[in-house]
Amino acid sequence: MNNIIFLIFRRMRAPLLTLILAYSVAMLGLVLIPGRDGDGNVYYMDFLHAFYFVSYMSSTIGFGELPHPFTAAQRLWVSLSIFFTVVVWLYSIGTVLALLKDETFQRALTERRFARKISKLRESFYLVAGYGQTGEALVKALTDRTQHAVVIDILQERVNLLQLENLREYVPGLCADARLPEHLLEAGLKHPLCEGVVALTNSNETNLKIAITAKLLHPDIEVICRADSHDIEKNMASFGTDYIIDPFDAFALYLATAIQAPCLSLMQDWLSLGFNDLLSDPIHPPKKGLWVICGYGRFGKAVYDKLVKEDLEVVVIEAEPSQTGTPQTQLVVGRGTEADTLMEASIERAVGLVAGTDNDANNLSIIMTARELNPDLFVILRQNRKYNDPVIQAVGADMVMLPSDIIANRIRVLLGVPMQHQFVRLAMHQDDEWACQLISRISALVTEHAPDVWEVAFTEQDTHAVCQYVREGRNLTLGELSTDPRDRTSPLACIPLMLLRHNDFSLLPGPDLVVQKDDRLLFCGRVSAKHRMEWTLQNENALNYILTGETRPQGWIWRRLQKREVT
Amino acid sequence: MNPEKVLFGFFIVLALTLNFGFFVGELDNPDHHHVYELFAVVVVNLVATVLKFGDRTQMGAVLLATSLVALLQLFAAALVWTVAVHVTESGLTTVTMASIVSLSGGAMLANVVSVVLLIIETVMLRR
Repeated sequence: MNNIIFLIFRRMRAPLLTLILAYSVAMLGLVLIPGRDGDGNVYYMDFLHAFYFVSYMSSTIGFGELPHPFTAAQRLWVSLSIFFTVVVWLYSIGTVLALLKDETFQRALTERRFARKISKLRESFYLVAGYGQTGEALVKALTDRTQHAVVIDILQERVNLLQLENLREYVPGLCADARLPEHLLEAGLKHPLCEGVVALTNSNETNLKIAITAKLLHPDIEVICRADSHDIEKNMASFGTDYIIDPFDAFALYLATAIQAPCLSLMQDWLSLGFNDLLSDPIHPPKKGLWVICGYGRFGKAVYDKLVKEDLEVVVIEAEPSQTGTPQTQLVVGRGTEADTLMEASIERAVGLVAGTDNDANNLSIIMTARELNPDLFVILRQNRKYNDPVIQAVGADMVMLPSDIIANRIRVLLGVPMQHQFVRLAMHQDDEWACQLISRISALVTEHAPDVWEVAFTEQDTHAVCQYVREGRNLTLGELSTDPRDRTSPLACIPLMLLRHNDFSLLPGPDLVVQKDDRLLFCGRVSAKHRMEWTLQNENALNYILTGETRPQGWIWRRLQKREVT
Repeated sequence: MNPEKVLFGFFIVLALTLNFGFFVGELDNPDHHHVYELFAVVVVNLVATVLKFGDRTQMGAVLLATSLVALLQLFAAALVWTVAVHVTESGLTTVTMASIVSLSGGAMLANVVSVVLLIIETVMLRR
C-alpha cells in the first residue's frame, strides 16, 4: 500500500508545484489589475472571483468575463495566463494519466491485490510455480479434487490462460519471477495454510532456487520439484526436497516394469487414473529381441539404461553423437527419419522402436517410416507438445510418453492420496502373480471406468461412529466395515489396499483385521462404495444396522417406548 | 549543500514568517490583516506541503502531517473570509475577523512545529 502512495506522491510533486505556481500567478494578476464595473467605477477583483475565473479558464471550460466585463488591461493579462495555465493543467492531468498506465504502477497494484487475496485465503492450498503444460494439468487435477492452488508464472499469457480456464475452484495467479523470494512470499509461501510448493518451471535452475527458498523460509512444508538432470536432482535431494520427479526416469522405470511384470504396471496405471477415465488395456512390450532407440538425449539415455539392464539387444540412432555422448552398444549416426538409417540399424528384425527425439514431427516420421519396413514393431513415442494430441493419437503408438502428463499425474497422486504413492512403491517389490490377482479382483469390482482410490483416517473427526464404537471396547473388523449400509448381506464394491498403523505398512489387509483408532486405510473401488462407506463411518445408526441388522429407534420417544416394550 | 534541503527549508520558514506577518496586529481589526498576505500564506503552505510528498522517512511523515494541519486551518480561515464577504454579505465584522485571525494563529502553531522539527533534524544530522 505504502509503495503505491509514495509512488503517486513522488511523481505528482513536480506537476502539483507548477500547478500551484501557475494558479497563484494568474490569480494574483487578476486581483492586482483594476477593472471597471457596469457604472464605470474602479473595482479590484477579489480572490474568490479570481480563483473561480482561473479555475474555469485553465481547464478551458470558459464561462465568460466575471463579475463584470473586463477592461483591456485585464484582457491582456487573461490572454497571457490562458496559455501558461492551460499548458500546466494539461501537463498535470497528463502526468496523472501516464502514472495510471505506468507499468511499474500497474505491477505494484496487481501484486498488492494478489498478496491481499492470498492472505485472505482460509483453506489450505498448494503453491504451484510454473503454469506450463504440467502446471496446467496439475492445477486442473487438484481443483477437480476440490483442493486449492495458487499459481505463479513468469509469462503474462499463461496467467491470462489460467483466468480463462474453467476450473472448479478459484485459483489466484500472479505473473512474476518465481526465482525472487519476495514473489514466493507474496504468493503465500509463509502462509500458515500453505501445504506445499510445487516447482514445475521448465528450467532446472529455477526449480532448484524455488526449492531452496521454500525449504529455508518454511521448512515444514512439502516441496516437490521437477528436474531432468541428475546433477540438479542430487543437489535438490541434498537439502531435503521431499519429492523430485524426473519424467524420463519415471517413464523408463515404468517401461522396465511393463517388460518384467505387465500386471504390476497395469495396476499402477489403473490406480493413478481419475475415476472418470476409461480403464486402459494391458501392454506387453516384447521381452526378447532387438530394440531400436532413436535419439540419445535425456529420454533416450534413461530408456537405454533400463533396456540394457533387462538384457535386451539395443541399437541407438543419434544425429549428433558428439553432443549427446555415445552408447556402449551399436550406434548409427543419422536422424532415423530416413529408411536407410533405419535399415542400417536392422529395423527389419527389430521388435521394438523408441522414437525419442525432442521433435514431435521427427518422431512421427520415424514411426511411419519404420512401420513401412517392419509393420509388427512395438512402438514407443515421446510426445513433446500437448497440442499435438490429435496426430499422436492418429499414429497409434503402443506407448506414448508425454513428460508433462507423467509429472502432473505423479504429483496429483502425491498431493491427493499420499498413501497411494507408498502403496505403489511397496507393490513394486511383489511379484507379477500378486499383481495379476489384484488386477482381476479390481476388474471384478468396476465396470469400464477406472477405480477411485481413497484414504480413510480413523480419527474422531472423519469416523465419528467407528471411533465411538471402538472406544466402548468393542471390536470392529474390516470385513464389517466393507458392508453395504443399505443391505448388510452384500459387500461394498471396494478393496482395502493397505493399512498404516504406527508407521508400519501392511499390504492388502484381510477382512478379519480389527480396526483401531488412528489407523489409516487405503481403499480402491467404485465411487459409490466410497460414499456409502462414509455413511457407515460417521453415522451410528448405519453402523449399528451393519453390525446387528436392526434399525435402532432414533428419537428419544421411540427409544423410551421400545425400552418399555422390552421390560 | 543539498539544493532540495535549501528549497524545502526556504518554503517551510517562509510559510511561518508569512503566517506570522498575517497574524500580528489587533486580533479583531480588519485593517491589521491584509487579504493578500493570507493568499500568500496559503500558496506558500501548499508548496511546502507538496514538497514533502514522497518522503519516506519518519521525519518526512511528521512534517507532512503538520503541514496538512496548517493547510486545513488556513483553508478554514479563507473560507470564513469568503463566506463573510460574498455569501452573507455582512462584511468583515470584528467577530469574523477575530475567528479568521485565530484560525491562522492555529496554522502558525503548526508551522512553528514544522520549523522546530526541521531544526531538530538539521541538528541531529550534523554533516
